Amino acid sequence: MIKINSLKFNYQNNIPLFSGFEISISRGETWAILGPSGCGKTTLLYLLAGLRKPISGQISIGGQLLTRPRPHSGLILQDYGLLPWSTVYENVELGIRVRDFYGPDGKHTPDNFQSKNNISDWLERMGLSEVADKFPSQISGGQRQRTAIARTLALEPDLLLMDEPFSSLDAITREDLQNLTLSLCAEKNLTLVIVTHAIEEAAALGKKVLLLNQAPNKNAHIFDNPNAGQKNHRSSQAFHELCDLLWKEMQHESA
Amino acid sequence: MNRRDVLFATLGLILIWQITALIVHRPILPAPWEVFVVFFKELGNGLLIHFGVSLWRVSAGMALSVLVAAPAGLAIGGSKTMDRFLSPIIYLLYPIPKVVFVPVVLLFLGIGDTAKITLIFLILFFQIIVLVRDQAVGIPPQLIQSLQSLGAGRRALFRFVYLPASLPAILTALRQSIGTAVAVLYISELFATKYGLGYYIYYQGSTLFNYPAMYAGVVAMSLLGLGMYFGVDWLERKWCRWKFVS
Repeated sequence: MIKINSLKFNYQNNIPLFSGFEISISRGETWAILGPSGCGKTTLLYLLAGLRKPISGQISIGGQLLTRPRPHSGLILQDYGLLPWSTVYENVELGIRVRDFYGPDGKHTPDNFQSKNNISDWLERMGLSEVADKFPSQISGGQRQRTAIARTLALEPDLLLMDEPFSSLDAITREDLQNLTLSLCAEKNLTLVIVTHAIEEAAALGKKVLLLNQAPNKNAHIFDNPNAGQKNHRSSQAFHELCDLLWKEMQHESA
Repeated sequence: MNRRDVLFATLGLILIWQITALIVHRPILPAPWEVFVVFFKELGNGLLIHFGVSLWRVSAGMALSVLVAAPAGLAIGGSKTMDRFLSPIIYLLYPIPKVVFVPVVLLFLGIGDTAKITLIFLILFFQIIVLVRDQAVGIPPQLIQSLQSLGAGRRALFRFVYLPASLPAILTALRQSIGTAVAVLYISELFATKYGLGYYIYYQGSTLFNYPAMYAGVVAMSLLGLGMYFGVDWLERKWCRWKFVS
Protein backbone atom coordinates (compact mmCIF):
# COMPACT_ATOMS: atom_id res chain seq x y z
CA MET A 1 0.00 0.00 0.00
CA ILE A 2 2.79 2.45 0.92
CA LYS A 3 6.09 2.48 -0.91
CA ILE A 4 8.93 4.80 -0.02
CA ASN A 5 11.75 4.79 -2.56
CA SER A 6 15.15 6.47 -2.16
CA LEU A 7 13.70 9.08 0.17
CA LYS A 8 15.85 12.09 0.94
CA PHE A 9 14.60 14.81 3.23
CA ASN A 10 16.18 17.56 5.26
CA TYR A 11 15.04 20.83 6.77
CA GLN A 12 16.75 23.95 5.50
CA ASN A 13 20.49 24.02 6.28
CA ASN A 14 20.30 20.83 8.34
CA ILE A 15 21.78 17.42 7.75
CA PRO A 16 19.37 15.00 6.01
CA LEU A 17 17.01 13.12 8.28
CA PHE A 18 16.55 10.52 5.56
CA SER A 19 18.91 9.59 2.77
CA GLY A 20 18.20 6.76 0.35
CA PHE A 21 15.55 5.50 2.81
CA GLU A 22 13.16 2.77 1.66
CA ILE A 23 10.27 0.90 3.24
CA SER A 24 7.15 -0.85 2.03
CA ILE A 25 3.96 -1.18 4.06
CA SER A 26 1.14 -3.55 3.10
CA ARG A 27 -2.57 -2.87 3.40
CA GLY A 28 -3.99 -3.59 6.85
CA GLU A 29 -0.62 -3.68 8.59
CA THR A 30 0.02 -1.84 11.83
CA TRP A 31 3.38 -0.09 12.03
CA ALA A 32 4.93 1.68 14.98
CA ILE A 33 7.72 4.17 14.35
CA LEU A 34 10.06 4.42 17.31
CA GLY A 35 13.18 6.43 17.94
CA PRO A 36 14.84 9.12 19.99
CA SER A 37 13.86 12.79 19.81
CA GLY A 38 14.94 14.49 16.61
CA CYS A 39 15.41 11.26 14.65
CA GLY A 40 12.68 12.14 12.14
CA LYS A 41 9.69 10.10 13.38
CA THR A 42 7.17 12.89 13.07
CA THR A 43 8.76 14.13 9.85
CA LEU A 44 8.30 10.69 8.30
CA LEU A 45 4.63 10.73 9.35
CA TYR A 46 4.15 14.21 7.86
CA LEU A 47 5.82 12.99 4.65
CA LEU A 48 3.31 10.11 4.56
CA ALA A 49 0.49 12.58 5.22
CA GLY A 50 1.61 14.70 2.26
CA LEU A 51 2.24 17.70 4.52
CA ARG A 52 5.96 17.67 3.70
CA LYS A 53 7.58 16.97 0.34
CA PRO A 54 10.72 14.84 -0.16
CA ILE A 55 13.86 16.58 -1.43
CA SER A 56 14.26 13.56 -3.69
CA GLY A 57 12.84 10.07 -3.94
CA GLN A 58 9.21 9.07 -4.05
CA ILE A 59 6.39 8.15 -1.76
CA SER A 60 3.42 6.38 -3.28
CA ILE A 61 0.26 5.27 -1.52
CA GLY A 62 -2.20 2.92 -3.14
CA GLY A 63 -0.20 3.11 -6.37
CA GLN A 64 -0.52 6.91 -6.55
CA LEU A 65 2.46 9.21 -6.22
CA LEU A 66 1.94 11.37 -3.12
CA THR A 67 2.16 15.08 -3.89
CA ARG A 68 -0.33 16.57 -1.41
CA PRO A 69 -2.54 15.44 1.49
CA ARG A 70 -4.54 12.48 0.31
CA PRO A 71 -8.31 12.41 0.96
CA HIS A 72 -8.20 8.74 2.02
CA SER A 73 -5.54 9.27 4.70
CA GLY A 74 -6.39 10.34 8.24
CA LEU A 75 -3.90 12.10 10.50
CA ILE A 76 -4.23 12.36 14.28
CA LEU A 77 -1.80 14.63 16.07
CA GLN A 78 -0.35 14.66 19.57
CA ASP A 79 -2.46 17.62 20.68
CA TYR A 80 -5.52 16.25 18.84
CA GLY A 81 -5.86 19.30 16.53
CA LEU A 82 -9.41 20.00 17.70
CA LEU A 83 -10.93 23.40 16.98
CA PRO A 84 -11.40 25.08 20.39
CA TRP A 85 -14.39 27.10 19.14
CA SER A 86 -16.31 24.04 17.93
CA THR A 87 -18.24 21.57 20.04
CA VAL A 88 -17.37 17.88 20.11
CA TYR A 89 -20.13 17.23 17.56
CA GLU A 90 -18.91 20.01 15.27
CA ASN A 91 -15.32 18.78 15.56
CA VAL A 92 -16.30 15.24 14.61
CA GLU A 93 -18.35 16.67 11.75
CA LEU A 94 -15.50 18.90 10.55
CA GLY A 95 -14.00 16.54 7.96
CA ILE A 96 -17.44 15.99 6.40
CA ARG A 97 -18.04 19.76 6.34
CA VAL A 98 -14.69 20.34 4.62
CA ARG A 99 -15.66 17.73 2.01
CA ASP A 100 -19.09 19.26 1.55
CA PHE A 101 -17.38 22.65 1.19
CA TYR A 102 -15.40 21.44 -1.85
CA GLY A 103 -17.68 18.74 -3.19
CA PRO A 104 -16.26 15.59 -4.82
CA ASP A 105 -13.40 17.25 -6.74
CA GLY A 106 -10.90 14.37 -6.44
CA LYS A 107 -8.36 16.77 -4.97
CA HIS A 108 -9.65 17.77 -1.55
CA THR A 109 -12.49 15.25 -1.52
CA PRO A 110 -12.60 11.76 -3.07
CA ASP A 111 -14.34 11.60 -6.47
CA ASN A 112 -16.85 9.10 -5.16
CA PHE A 113 -17.64 11.05 -1.98
CA GLN A 114 -21.30 11.01 -1.00
CA SER A 115 -22.17 13.17 1.96
CA LYS A 116 -23.77 11.15 4.71
CA ASN A 117 -24.13 12.15 8.30
CA ASN A 118 -22.71 9.31 10.37
CA ILE A 119 -21.61 11.62 13.17
CA SER A 120 -24.12 10.46 15.77
CA ASP A 121 -23.09 6.85 15.17
CA TRP A 122 -19.43 7.68 15.73
CA LEU A 123 -20.18 9.74 18.82
CA GLU A 124 -22.07 6.82 20.28
CA ARG A 125 -19.40 4.32 19.25
CA MET A 126 -16.69 6.39 20.90
CA GLY A 127 -18.76 7.08 24.04
CA LEU A 128 -19.01 10.79 23.29
CA SER A 129 -22.78 11.25 22.93
CA GLU A 130 -23.12 12.83 26.37
CA VAL A 131 -20.42 15.44 25.70
CA ALA A 132 -21.45 16.18 22.11
CA ASP A 133 -22.41 19.77 23.00
CA LYS A 134 -19.30 20.46 25.07
CA PHE A 135 -16.24 22.33 23.85
CA PRO A 136 -12.78 20.66 23.85
CA SER A 137 -11.75 22.70 26.91
CA GLN A 138 -14.61 21.11 28.86
CA ILE A 139 -13.71 17.46 28.29
CA SER A 140 -10.90 15.16 29.41
CA GLY A 141 -7.75 14.34 27.43
CA GLY A 142 -9.10 10.86 26.67
CA GLN A 143 -12.36 12.29 25.35
CA ARG A 144 -10.45 14.77 23.21
CA GLN A 145 -8.44 11.95 21.70
CA ARG A 146 -11.62 9.95 21.08
CA THR A 147 -13.07 13.03 19.36
CA ALA A 148 -9.99 13.29 17.12
CA ILE A 149 -10.22 9.58 16.26
CA ALA A 150 -13.97 9.84 15.54
CA ARG A 151 -13.38 12.89 13.33
CA THR A 152 -10.81 11.01 11.29
CA LEU A 153 -12.69 7.73 11.06
CA ALA A 154 -15.95 9.46 10.08
CA LEU A 155 -14.22 10.12 6.75
CA GLU A 156 -13.71 6.37 6.25
CA PRO A 157 -9.97 6.50 5.55
CA ASP A 158 -7.89 3.51 4.48
CA LEU A 159 -4.73 4.79 6.17
CA LEU A 160 -4.52 6.09 9.73
CA LEU A 161 -1.47 8.14 10.69
CA MET A 162 -1.01 8.94 14.38
CA ASP A 163 1.64 11.16 15.95
CA GLU A 164 2.20 10.23 19.61
CA PRO A 165 -1.55 10.33 20.13
CA PHE A 166 -1.62 8.84 23.62
CA SER A 167 1.45 10.44 25.18
CA SER A 168 -0.42 12.89 27.40
CA LEU A 169 -2.96 10.39 28.72
CA ASP A 170 -2.95 8.43 31.95
CA ALA A 171 -1.99 4.74 31.80
CA ILE A 172 -5.54 3.33 31.97
CA THR A 173 -6.97 5.70 29.35
CA ARG A 174 -3.91 5.15 27.17
CA GLU A 175 -4.30 1.37 27.12
CA ASP A 176 -8.04 1.68 26.60
CA LEU A 177 -7.53 3.90 23.54
CA GLN A 178 -4.69 1.77 22.21
CA ASN A 179 -6.99 -1.26 22.26
CA LEU A 180 -9.80 0.74 20.70
CA THR A 181 -7.50 1.91 17.91
CA LEU A 182 -6.35 -1.64 17.17
CA SER A 183 -9.89 -3.03 17.14
CA LEU A 184 -11.06 -0.26 14.80
CA CYS A 185 -8.12 -0.87 12.47
CA ALA A 186 -8.89 -4.59 12.40
CA GLU A 187 -12.62 -3.96 11.85
CA LYS A 188 -12.14 -1.44 9.03
CA ASN A 189 -9.00 -3.10 7.59
CA LEU A 190 -7.12 0.14 8.12
CA THR A 191 -3.39 0.50 7.68
CA LEU A 192 -2.00 2.09 10.82
CA VAL A 193 1.25 4.01 11.16
CA ILE A 194 1.78 5.33 14.65
CA VAL A 195 4.71 7.40 15.90
CA THR A 196 5.73 6.92 19.50
CA HIS A 197 8.69 7.44 21.77
CA ALA A 198 7.48 4.74 24.17
CA ILE A 199 9.00 1.31 23.61
CA GLU A 200 6.06 -0.51 25.26
CA GLU A 201 3.56 1.33 23.08
CA ALA A 202 5.48 0.43 19.92
CA ALA A 203 5.67 -3.22 21.00
CA ALA A 204 1.98 -3.28 21.91
CA LEU A 205 0.64 -1.69 18.71
CA GLY A 206 2.98 -2.39 15.81
CA LYS A 207 3.06 -5.71 14.03
CA LYS A 208 6.14 -4.10 12.54
CA VAL A 209 8.27 -1.74 14.57
CA LEU A 210 10.43 0.67 12.59
CA LEU A 211 13.32 1.92 14.67
CA LEU A 212 14.78 5.20 13.50
CA ASN A 213 18.22 6.32 14.58
CA GLN A 214 20.07 9.60 14.72
CA ALA A 215 20.05 11.27 11.32
CA PRO A 216 20.65 10.48 8.60
CA ASN A 217 18.47 7.36 8.43
CA LYS A 218 19.62 5.25 5.51
CA ASN A 219 18.52 1.72 6.28
CA ALA A 220 15.20 0.80 7.84
CA HIS A 221 15.58 -1.23 11.05
CA ILE A 222 12.36 -3.21 11.15
CA PHE A 223 11.37 -5.61 13.92
CA ASP A 224 8.62 -8.16 13.35
CA ASN A 225 6.03 -8.38 16.08
CA PRO A 226 3.32 -10.68 14.70
CA ASN A 227 1.42 -11.07 17.96
CA ALA A 228 0.75 -7.34 18.43
CA GLY A 229 -2.90 -6.66 19.13
CA GLN A 230 -3.65 -10.17 20.28
CA LYS A 231 -5.19 -10.77 23.67
CA ASN A 232 -2.67 -10.98 26.52
CA HIS A 233 0.13 -9.90 24.17
CA ARG A 234 1.31 -7.27 26.67
CA SER A 235 1.95 -9.92 29.30
CA SER A 236 3.62 -12.39 26.90
CA GLN A 237 7.27 -13.37 26.85
CA ALA A 238 7.59 -12.20 23.23
CA PHE A 239 6.39 -8.71 24.19
CA HIS A 240 8.97 -8.35 26.95
CA GLU A 241 11.73 -9.76 24.79
CA LEU A 242 10.92 -7.25 22.03
CA CYS A 243 10.87 -4.41 24.55
CA ASP A 244 14.31 -5.48 25.82
CA LEU A 245 15.65 -5.75 22.30
CA LEU A 246 14.32 -2.33 21.30
CA TRP A 247 15.70 -0.84 24.50
CA LYS A 248 19.16 -2.26 23.82
CA GLU A 249 19.07 -1.12 20.18
CA MET A 250 18.14 2.41 21.19
CA GLN A 251 20.85 2.50 23.86
CA HIS A 252 23.39 1.13 21.40
CA GLU A 253 22.49 3.77 18.82
CA SER A 254 22.66 6.63 21.30
CA ALA A 255 26.00 5.46 22.76
CA MET B 1 -19.72 42.25 34.11
CA ASN B 2 -23.28 41.61 35.24
CA ARG B 3 -26.32 43.85 35.01
CA ARG B 4 -26.44 44.55 38.73
CA ASP B 5 -22.86 45.90 38.70
CA VAL B 6 -23.70 48.15 35.75
CA LEU B 7 -26.80 49.45 37.53
CA PHE B 8 -24.85 50.25 40.71
CA ALA B 9 -22.11 51.96 38.70
CA THR B 10 -24.74 54.07 36.91
CA LEU B 11 -26.37 55.06 40.20
CA GLY B 12 -22.95 55.92 41.63
CA LEU B 13 -22.09 58.16 38.67
CA ILE B 14 -25.48 59.91 38.89
CA LEU B 15 -24.87 60.51 42.59
CA ILE B 16 -21.43 62.05 41.89
CA TRP B 17 -23.02 64.18 39.16
CA GLN B 18 -25.77 65.35 41.57
CA ILE B 19 -23.27 66.25 44.31
CA THR B 20 -21.02 68.11 41.84
CA ALA B 21 -24.04 70.00 40.45
CA LEU B 22 -25.00 71.06 43.99
CA ILE B 23 -21.47 72.24 44.73
CA VAL B 24 -21.00 74.10 41.41
CA HIS B 25 -24.56 75.48 41.51
CA ARG B 26 -24.43 77.16 38.07
CA PRO B 27 -26.55 76.73 34.92
CA ILE B 28 -23.55 75.29 33.12
CA LEU B 29 -23.92 72.08 35.16
CA PRO B 30 -27.60 71.20 35.64
CA ALA B 31 -28.64 68.41 38.00
CA PRO B 32 -29.21 64.94 36.53
CA TRP B 33 -32.95 64.94 37.12
CA GLU B 34 -33.37 68.19 35.16
CA VAL B 35 -31.32 66.73 32.30
CA PHE B 36 -33.33 63.52 32.26
CA VAL B 37 -36.62 65.43 32.02
CA VAL B 38 -35.23 67.46 29.10
CA PHE B 39 -33.77 64.32 27.57
CA PHE B 40 -37.15 62.61 27.27
CA LYS B 41 -38.78 65.86 26.10
CA GLU B 42 -36.08 66.40 23.47
CA LEU B 43 -36.44 62.85 22.14
CA GLY B 44 -39.70 63.98 20.55
CA ASN B 45 -38.17 67.28 19.44
CA GLY B 46 -35.52 65.85 17.13
CA LEU B 47 -32.96 64.30 19.50
CA LEU B 48 -34.07 60.85 18.36
CA ILE B 49 -33.37 61.80 14.74
CA HIS B 50 -29.91 63.11 15.65
CA PHE B 51 -29.32 59.88 17.56
CA GLY B 52 -30.45 57.80 14.57
CA VAL B 53 -28.17 59.71 12.16
CA SER B 54 -25.16 59.28 14.46
CA LEU B 55 -25.98 55.62 14.99
CA TRP B 56 -26.11 55.11 11.22
CA ARG B 57 -22.75 56.84 10.68
CA VAL B 58 -20.90 54.98 13.40
CA SER B 59 -22.51 51.62 12.51
CA ALA B 60 -21.70 52.06 8.82
CA GLY B 61 -18.10 52.97 9.67
CA MET B 62 -17.76 49.93 11.92
CA ALA B 63 -19.38 47.55 9.44
CA LEU B 64 -17.23 48.84 6.60
CA SER B 65 -14.05 48.52 8.64
CA VAL B 66 -14.86 44.93 9.65
CA LEU B 67 -15.74 43.98 6.07
CA VAL B 68 -12.47 45.40 4.70
CA ALA B 69 -9.98 44.97 7.57
CA ALA B 70 -10.91 41.47 8.74
CA PRO B 71 -10.36 39.70 5.38
CA ALA B 72 -7.24 41.82 4.78
CA GLY B 73 -5.85 40.91 8.23
CA LEU B 74 -6.62 37.24 7.61
CA ALA B 75 -4.98 37.33 4.19
CA ILE B 76 -1.85 39.00 5.55
CA GLY B 77 -1.66 36.71 8.59
CA GLY B 78 -2.23 33.62 6.46
CA SER B 79 0.39 34.41 3.81
CA LYS B 80 4.07 34.91 4.63
CA THR B 81 4.66 36.79 1.37
CA MET B 82 1.83 39.27 1.97
CA ASP B 83 2.89 39.62 5.58
CA ARG B 84 6.45 40.51 4.56
CA PHE B 85 5.34 43.20 2.11
CA LEU B 86 2.28 44.71 3.78
CA SER B 87 2.89 44.46 7.53
CA PRO B 88 5.66 47.10 7.58
CA ILE B 89 3.33 49.56 5.80
CA ILE B 90 0.51 48.88 8.26
CA TYR B 91 2.78 49.15 11.27
CA LEU B 92 4.08 52.50 9.99
CA LEU B 93 0.56 53.89 9.51
CA TYR B 94 -1.02 52.35 12.62
CA PRO B 95 0.38 54.73 15.28
CA ILE B 96 -0.55 57.90 13.36
CA PRO B 97 -3.57 59.44 15.15
CA LYS B 98 -6.27 59.36 12.50
CA VAL B 99 -8.10 62.36 14.01
CA VAL B 100 -5.51 64.57 12.34
CA PHE B 101 -6.97 63.51 9.00
CA VAL B 102 -10.36 65.10 9.74
CA PRO B 103 -9.70 68.24 7.65
CA VAL B 104 -8.02 66.22 4.88
CA VAL B 105 -10.90 63.75 4.63
CA LEU B 106 -13.46 66.58 4.68
CA LEU B 107 -11.55 68.35 1.92
CA PHE B 108 -11.39 65.26 -0.24
CA LEU B 109 -14.80 63.70 0.43
CA GLY B 110 -16.90 66.76 1.06
CA ILE B 111 -19.44 67.43 3.76
CA GLY B 112 -21.79 64.46 3.41
CA ASP B 113 -21.97 61.21 5.34
CA THR B 114 -19.17 59.66 3.27
CA ALA B 115 -16.49 61.77 4.96
CA LYS B 116 -17.80 61.01 8.45
CA ILE B 117 -18.10 57.28 7.80
CA THR B 118 -14.63 57.26 6.21
CA LEU B 119 -13.08 58.82 9.32
CA ILE B 120 -14.57 56.15 11.58
CA PHE B 121 -13.54 53.51 9.06
CA LEU B 122 -9.93 54.77 9.06
CA ILE B 123 -9.64 54.49 12.83
CA LEU B 124 -11.21 51.05 13.14
CA PHE B 125 -9.51 49.66 10.03
CA PHE B 126 -6.02 49.78 11.53
CA GLN B 127 -7.11 48.47 14.94
CA ILE B 128 -8.87 45.50 13.37
CA ILE B 129 -6.28 44.67 10.72
CA VAL B 130 -3.44 44.64 13.26
CA LEU B 131 -5.29 42.48 15.80
CA VAL B 132 -6.65 40.05 13.18
CA ARG B 133 -3.26 39.76 11.49
CA ASP B 134 -1.59 38.99 14.85
CA GLN B 135 -4.29 36.45 15.67
CA ALA B 136 -3.95 34.71 12.29
CA VAL B 137 -0.15 34.53 12.62
CA GLY B 138 -0.50 33.04 16.11
CA ILE B 139 -2.71 30.12 15.09
CA PRO B 140 -0.88 26.91 16.10
CA PRO B 141 0.56 25.17 13.02
CA GLN B 142 -0.77 21.84 14.33
CA LEU B 143 -4.30 23.16 13.94
CA ILE B 144 -3.61 24.10 10.33
CA GLN B 145 -1.95 20.75 9.59
CA SER B 146 -4.77 18.89 11.23
CA LEU B 147 -7.27 20.63 8.92
CA GLN B 148 -5.04 20.11 5.89
CA SER B 149 -4.98 16.41 6.67
CA LEU B 150 -8.79 16.47 6.48
CA GLY B 151 -8.48 17.79 2.94
CA ALA B 152 -8.69 21.52 3.66
CA GLY B 153 -7.01 23.82 1.15
CA ARG B 154 -6.54 27.56 1.52
CA ARG B 155 -10.24 28.44 1.13
CA ALA B 156 -11.41 25.91 3.69
CA LEU B 157 -8.66 26.96 6.09
CA PHE B 158 -9.94 30.54 5.93
CA ARG B 159 -13.51 29.41 6.42
CA PHE B 160 -12.96 26.87 9.19
CA VAL B 161 -9.84 28.10 10.99
CA TYR B 162 -8.69 31.64 10.27
CA LEU B 163 -12.11 33.30 10.38
CA PRO B 164 -13.46 31.73 13.59
CA ALA B 165 -10.04 32.02 15.27
CA SER B 166 -9.98 35.74 14.50
CA LEU B 167 -13.54 36.52 15.52
CA PRO B 168 -12.62 37.31 19.16
CA ALA B 169 -9.84 39.62 17.89
CA ILE B 170 -12.29 41.42 15.60
CA LEU B 171 -14.74 41.94 18.46
CA THR B 172 -11.96 43.03 20.84
CA ALA B 173 -10.76 45.57 18.28
CA LEU B 174 -14.31 46.84 17.88
CA ARG B 175 -14.80 47.12 21.62
CA GLN B 176 -11.51 48.94 22.09
CA SER B 177 -12.30 51.33 19.25
CA ILE B 178 -15.85 52.30 20.15
CA GLY B 179 -14.75 55.18 22.42
CA THR B 180 -12.45 56.61 19.77
CA ALA B 181 -15.01 56.06 17.02
CA VAL B 182 -17.69 57.98 18.94
CA ALA B 183 -15.18 60.76 19.74
CA VAL B 184 -14.27 61.10 16.07
CA LEU B 185 -17.96 60.99 15.19
CA TYR B 186 -18.49 63.99 17.48
CA ILE B 187 -15.65 65.94 15.85
CA SER B 188 -16.78 65.09 12.33
CA GLU B 189 -20.35 66.15 13.12
CA LEU B 190 -19.19 69.61 14.12
CA PHE B 191 -18.57 70.41 10.46
CA ALA B 192 -21.09 71.18 7.77
CA THR B 193 -24.05 69.16 8.93
CA LYS B 194 -27.39 69.79 10.61
CA TYR B 195 -27.88 66.27 11.87
CA GLY B 196 -26.07 64.08 14.33
CA LEU B 197 -25.44 64.21 18.07
CA GLY B 198 -22.16 66.11 17.61
CA TYR B 199 -24.01 68.89 15.83
CA TYR B 200 -26.87 68.77 18.39
CA ILE B 201 -24.55 69.05 21.42
CA TYR B 202 -22.54 71.88 19.91
CA TYR B 203 -25.63 73.77 18.71
CA GLN B 204 -27.47 73.49 22.03
CA GLY B 205 -24.41 74.39 24.12
CA SER B 206 -22.62 77.03 22.06
CA THR B 207 -25.41 78.67 20.07
CA LEU B 208 -28.56 78.36 22.19
CA PHE B 209 -26.82 78.08 25.59
CA ASN B 210 -29.46 75.50 26.45
CA TYR B 211 -27.31 73.50 28.85
CA PRO B 212 -29.89 70.90 29.94
CA ALA B 213 -30.49 70.06 26.26
CA MET B 214 -26.75 69.98 25.62
CA TYR B 215 -26.33 67.47 28.46
CA ALA B 216 -29.26 65.51 27.08
CA GLY B 217 -27.20 65.22 23.88
CA VAL B 218 -24.16 64.11 25.89
CA VAL B 219 -26.31 61.47 27.59
CA ALA B 220 -27.57 60.34 24.16
CA MET B 221 -24.01 60.09 22.87
CA SER B 222 -22.95 58.12 25.96
CA LEU B 223 -25.89 55.80 25.45
CA LEU B 224 -24.83 55.36 21.83
CA GLY B 225 -21.31 54.31 22.89
CA LEU B 226 -22.59 52.14 25.74
CA GLY B 227 -25.18 50.49 23.49
CA MET B 228 -22.50 49.63 20.95
CA TYR B 229 -20.21 48.36 23.68
CA PHE B 230 -22.89 46.06 25.06
CA GLY B 231 -23.85 45.09 21.51
CA VAL B 232 -20.31 43.86 20.86
CA ASP B 233 -20.38 42.04 24.21
CA TRP B 234 -23.62 40.37 23.20
CA LEU B 235 -22.17 39.34 19.83
CA GLU B 236 -19.12 37.89 21.54
CA ARG B 237 -21.27 35.83 23.89
CA LYS B 238 -23.32 34.61 20.92
CA TRP B 239 -20.49 33.92 18.46
CA CYS B 240 -17.65 33.01 20.82
CA ARG B 241 -19.49 30.80 23.29
CA TRP B 242 -16.37 28.68 23.75
CA LYS B 243 -14.60 31.58 25.45
CA PHE B 244 -17.15 31.71 28.24
CA VAL B 245 -17.39 28.03 29.20
CA SER B 246 -15.72 26.79 32.34
